[in-house]
Amino acid sequence: MSYVPSDLIAVVAKLAVMLGFILTVVPVMVWVERRGSALIQDRPGPNRLGPLGLIQPLADALKFMFKEDVTPSAADKPLYLAAPALALLPALSTICVIPFGPDLVVNGETHRLVIADVPVGVLLFLALSSLGVYSLIVAGYASNNKFSLLGGIRASAQLISYELALTVAVLAVLMPVGSFHLADVVSYQREHIWNVVPQFVGFVVFLIASFAETNRLPFDLPEAESELVAGFHTEYSAMRFASFFMAEYAAMTALSALGVTLYFGGWSLPGVDLDGWLGALVGLITLVVKVAICMAVFVWIRWTFPRFRYDQLMRLGWKVLLPLALLNLIVIAALTVAGWL
Amino acid sequence: METLVFAVFAFLAVASAIAVVAHRNPVYSTMSLVVTLFSVAVLFVMLGAPFLGVIQVLVYAGAIVVLFLFVIMLLNIQAEEMPQGGQMAQRIASILGAVVFAGMLGLVFWRTMQPNSPPLTEELVSLRNLSRELFFEYLLAFEMIGLLLLVAVIGATVVARRPQQADTTEDWAASGDAPRVDGARSEPHINPETGDRVAARAGRS
Repeated sequence: MSYVPSDLIAVVAKLAVMLGFILTVVPVMVWVERRGSALIQDRPGPNRLGPLGLIQPLADALKFMFKEDVTPSAADKPLYLAAPALALLPALSTICVIPFGPDLVVNGETHRLVIADVPVGVLLFLALSSLGVYSLIVAGYASNNKFSLLGGIRASAQLISYELALTVAVLAVLMPVGSFHLADVVSYQREHIWNVVPQFVGFVVFLIASFAETNRLPFDLPEAESELVAGFHTEYSAMRFASFFMAEYAAMTALSALGVTLYFGGWSLPGVDLDGWLGALVGLITLVVKVAICMAVFVWIRWTFPRFRYDQLMRLGWKVLLPLALLNLIVIAALTVAGWL
Repeated sequence: METLVFAVFAFLAVASAIAVVAHRNPVYSTMSLVVTLFSVAVLFVMLGAPFLGVIQVLVYAGAIVVLFLFVIMLLNIQAEEMPQGGQMAQRIASILGAVVFAGMLGLVFWRTMQPNSPPLTEELVSLRNLSRELFFEYLLAFEMIGLLLLVAVIGATVVARRPQQADTTEDWAASGDAPRVDGARSEPHINPETGDRVAARAGRS
């Protein structure tokens, strides 16, 4: 392997930063989601516990821990118990390829501020996140419930369809950069311009597909509560349900971080060129703020759009997004060959 | 450290591969296949071919096996419904497949055991080298594989459509009417399963 950790402390520190980030996001997002939905629906929302109801996520977490954990007697036990863990694993591991700052020199050693500095970073992200669908399918199958099964089947078809458009859109970003390394994508944007400008079509495809990939409204067909009760996690309760809940927000965070890195310059800000510890700190804060804006958009979209019908979802994926992504790829390829990008 | 990782994932790959063929429940078999593909991908990465490893997870574990599961769950295949034993043709095919596979494996061993065989370097399996070989040296084979997959898709579509057309033709024959391909009029005698489609087709033209 090309990357050997020279310093264990550095690896642990980087892991602590990124995992701390993604795990802090979950309770904060629960609060943002509940207060945000209340704001959009013109009602107060949870406002009793702490200032502005900020302690509410803690109360929610405690409630989940003390609820009874029910396993249906007809469930396929091993798979039923494995599904929540399968949900969290890809959601938490994908963040490891996101760069969060400029190179940092400590005691004469250069550290790249990314947990796993692999040459195929973008592909590793997509590969790991594509494994996330198994938790939905396995949960749907193992619950032995018709609503769960329908949710699982929907999830498999939906995620396959939208993953294609997402991957093609990402590919168009990588072509002018000429590398799968996310650090190269960031430095390319520092030299030129944020990718969202030349690749606006690709960005729109990426945005729509990422809603489908994270099962958020308007594409939350696997758990559409008006027809499937709660879809693939109908039978889950207590902490196992909370695992799916956490995985959803963790996946949203990771995908937002990827989107920010690909289209909005990642940790970099135009005109700002700091290094050392200050540069690292500013880089991390910039990334967090950009991700936070993306998450706010996720919440905003969720509470303003109605859910798609399943056939509309499939038609949009295959007949609109995929051709659009391919067209974008061809145009970007031509521009790259012509040397305009 | 590397030996330990290799040992763990080599064991996982073999054990889960055995589970794929031996397990009675098709869902467990498919999930074991995911473990096999992932373990082999880890071995690819350890051999200095991260691109191959990641593509294996992305394409096979992340997409194709999901479709396997989709089909299994859509048809709701249960373990008891699986055929026991198998037919004669199936046995002959499996023996033939095993012989061919063993031969290929032997060839690979024999070739790598040669003293003048080139060593597996990172340069050889690098992304740049891999794509150059794929799009220059083996371009014809690469395109042929694409064509083959297209043929398979068309074939599947044809096979999936034929019974439906046969059904409606029989119904027309049973009602003493000539089969009308354009479906200019709706039929009084319609197969209940395909009836809505026939009616829809008639309505459109």
